[in-house]
Amino acid sequence: MRVVVAEDLTLLREGLIRIFRANGCEVVDAVDDGPALIRALTTHRPDVAVVDVRLPPTFTDEGLRAAIEARRRIPGLPVVVLSQYVEQLYARELMSDRAGAVGYLLKDRVMDVGQFVTNVRQVAAGSTVMDPEVVSALLTRRSTDPRLLELSPREHEVLALMAEGHSNAAIAGRMFVTEKTVSKHSHQIFTKLGLRPSEDDHRRILAVLAYLEG
Amino acid sequence: MSLLGGSVALLAGSVVGAGLATLWITSVPSVALGAGIPLTLLATVLVRWFADLHRRWAADRLGEPVPRPYIPAPDGGWLPRLGAIVRDPASWRDWAWLVANAVTAWFTSGLSLLLFLGGFFYLLYPLVYALTPSEVFRTPLGDAFRLHSVTQSFVLVPLGPVLFVLWYATAPRLANLNARVIRALLGPTEQAGLRARVEQLATSRAETVDTQAGELRRIERDLHDGAQARLVSLGMSLGLAEQLLHDDPLAVPRLLAEARESTAGALTELRDLVRGIHPPVLADRGLDGALRALALANPIPTTVVTRLPGRLPAPVESAAYFAVTEALANAIKHAGAGHIGITVEFAPHQAGPTGNLTVRVTDDGRGGASVDGGTGLRGIARRLAAFDGTLTVDSPPGGPTEIRMSLPCASS
Repeated sequence: MRVVVAEDLTLLREGLIRIFRANGCEVVDAVDDGPALIRALTTHRPDVAVVDVRLPPTFTDEGLRAAIEARRRIPGLPVVVLSQYVEQLYARELMSDRAGAVGYLLKDRVMDVGQFVTNVRQVAAGSTVMDPEVVSALLTRRSTDPRLLELSPREHEVLALMAEGHSNAAIAGRMFVTEKTVSKHSHQIFTKLGLRPSEDDHRRILAVLAYLEG
Repeated sequence: MSLLGGSVALLAGSVVGAGLATLWITSVPSVALGAGIPLTLLATVLVRWFADLHRRWAADRLGEPVPRPYIPAPDGGWLPRLGAIVRDPASWRDWAWLVANAVTAWFTSGLSLLLFLGGFFYLLYPLVYALTPSEVFRTPLGDAFRLHSVTQSFVLVPLGPVLFVLWYATAPRLANLNARVIRALLGPTEQAGLRARVEQLATSRAETVDTQAGELRRIERDLHDGAQARLVSLGMSLGLAEQLLHDDPLAVPRLLAEARESTAGALTELRDLVRGIHPPVLADRGLDGALRALALANPIPTTVVTRLPGRLPAPVESAAYFAVTEALANAIKHAGAGHIGITVEFAPHQAGPTGNLTVRVTDDGRGGASVDGGTGLRGIARRLAAFDGTLTVDSPPGGPTEIRMSLPCASS
């Protein structure tokens, strides 16, 4: 897997490079600011980009903006955005092009190296991976989307795990049910959200997006 | 007509005022005789009441308040009170005004009244001519112009309307002139205005310093009990792991896992702490983005409407943001609201980049909130006071509640 890393703090950048190399990934470029990131992504076209939200020159959400801009030029380019803080607002913006293949994770998650690399691989494969903290914030909110209000508590649980990027098999393992039950639940979720079977490849992404926006 | 009544009253007033001026100025030196003390206090009360009447009249006339400039009387006996009266420049300005008014009132109200009465006089001149002994009103404009009969006296009648027109045209202006003199002498001087402002700034600064010191203490405590302690424990786990690497390698993974947990804990605590100091999304996106992010994270459905031309100064953004978080926390904790609305609006002044930021937080909850009710809203008010901002709460029992914050600032 070819990876581009964007992180301005040398210590963290070298740490990420080491993690990826140790896990059999090729780091094709490592950059430390927004404009360099866009250049690197358009020239190398990596399998996935791992980007820190806060980058020079503005030290605000430069990384996020650069990632969104790069995805505008190369639709569906897989991007994992790392941040010291998660904001639902940013999660929505990342997902708003509905192309999937985005991850939004707290930097802390890097410490669980195995899980982190798995998440990056999932995003490279086109999945959506939201940090559990984004998802847990959604759980405490009263939804205004009538479609979401129709979901049963079990379906809510499945959708939350889906947003965190888990496969049906992984969700089944966590909820102590069979995979068949999970796929029944997810089918119910798609129906209640009005996502037709023709959108099948895409339905998980659209469901998670509806969840984020509800 | 009110102008006319005003003229008469002000003229009478100027005569009364001259009397009061004499009373006051003679009573002050007589303090030395002892009997002057009650006399001066009485005279001062009269003068101030009299001045207040004129302030009210001038305020009506000018359409803006003419504030009382007096230094508040100290508690205690007659002597300190007397001292304050004599030392207060406003007392002496009152007196100066009473004297000046004896002249200006005649120039303004007197002239106005003269024009009006003159109009009547000339309109009725033939009647006056006919009713008075023949010698009295024969030569109204000097010896060169002599009237010989009632018929001839009709020549002067057109002067009546002319004077009425003159009165009509000048009366509001003369009244305004008088009102301006009153404002200049009876209103606060620039110095008094500055003194009031300094007092207000000193209070708000003291409150700000208190608040900041409290915040620093909280941050210190959070760091000490949280992240610092976690890092110490992390160091201990790592040190132990290093030691056990040779003797008991099987215990090492557990220690490393603990070390990782300590790191995660420290990060979570630092994150919460930083959010409390200056939320990163506020730095990234300004007030607009930060409030939207806040609304998304809010358990109660919240709509945000912002009309901002650009970024505001960082301290203002921060103050407004934390004011809204406090208001939201109130609405969530106490109001039992089903919906919350946040409106943010920047209204620029006529010239320049400065203007006024208005933030309204409304909810459909049970109402009954007040600034005196809890520490939350008072905290906001104090925080805003540092920026000359204000907080008003409209929250009748049963709701809805509107918390309205206003702070002057510039926009970029």
